[in-house]
Amino acid sequence: MRTDSVIQKCALVLFSLALGALTAMPGRAQFAAQPVSALTIPAAQLMQPEELNKLLQRPQSLKPLILQVGSRVIFDEAHIAGAEYAGPGSHAEGLLTLRDRVSSLSRKTSIVIYCGCCPWNRCPNVGPAYKLLSDMGFVHLKVLYMADDFGTDWVNMGYPVDRH
Amino acid sequence: MQATRRVSHDSYRLARCLGACVLVAASIAASAQSAPVQSLVGRQAPQFARRDLHGHTIDLRSLRGKVVLLNFWATWCAPCQTEMPVFSEWQRTYGPQGFQVIGISMDDDSDAARKLVEKLGLAYPVAMGDAKLGEQYGEVLGLPKTFLIGRDGKVLAQFQGESALKSIERSIKSALQ
Repeated sequence: MRTDSVIQKCALVLFSLALGALTAMPGRAQFAAQPVSALTIPAAQLMQPEELNKLLQRPQSLKPLILQVGSRVIFDEAHIAGAEYAGPGSHAEGLLTLRDRVSSLSRKTSIVIYCGCCPWNRCPNVGPAYKLLSDMGFVHLKVLYMADDFGTDWVNMGYPVDRH
Repeated sequence: MQATRRVSHDSYRLARCLGACVLVAASIAASAQSAPVQSLVGRQAPQFARRDLHGHTIDLRSLRGKVVLLNFWATWCAPCQTEMPVFSEWQRTYGPQGFQVIGISMDDDSDAARKLVEKLGLAYPVAMGDAKLGEQYGEVLGLPKTFLIGRDGKVLAQFQGESALKSIERSIKSALQ
């Protein structure tokens, strides 16, 4: 009887410790990368490649912050002129990199995120990245719609890229 | 004396102006309008040699005489994972006829690639890729991307994105004849 009571107390203490540890790091806990389909991104938040290209060509226009949220290897090969790498949206570490990059920015900053690793409906990166930035309160947020991939929908269209 | 100083000052301004022009031209060139990626079909497949995930060397040159299916993929690429078990089956079926599949993972780290390769039990070697190899193959800026290389080392076909597997298999059969 007494042994049962000791076990119960120990279990209670361990449970409290585990709960305490979880609540002590809420920033990390929310970054368990959950699959979010690109198809869940509202149509109004999408930007066509042609539209972004026109914006980049306009000399006087305010340029958005362009973040690539996909593969580092692909980014190293080529990326949209002026874009920055912000970690793959499908990985918890990638979302942390993205959060760290934008956390100090005004929530009114114009941001365009893109990936282009795979056909749009199979992209694992833009969905979670969009959700994170949207949850953080960014109101001028667009996701570049790439039907096929970055090579087909941006590079082969002759739009500006940086290589290395 | 004054004239000399003015000439010197003008030269300095001209040099600064030229320098600025060079800088502007360089920055325009660096982020230039991108040229469409050229197809490699009909050309010699770019040579490469690198270690696979088990430490064995994959040397494309040593595969001359075989039909090679070179597949760029990544663990985060869903269509790639649909294709890979089929490629593995083809390796078993057509391997005895002189067919070889080579996988190139474009993942950022090899651990994820290794885990998936083990899980799928692939019957062909996989090596890690990088930006340099991607550039050699006309830029791999979207996955999957697959090249069919003939026995003479020339690229017979390239497939971008979710391709019809039946079409790829037909091309392989034709190349093996």
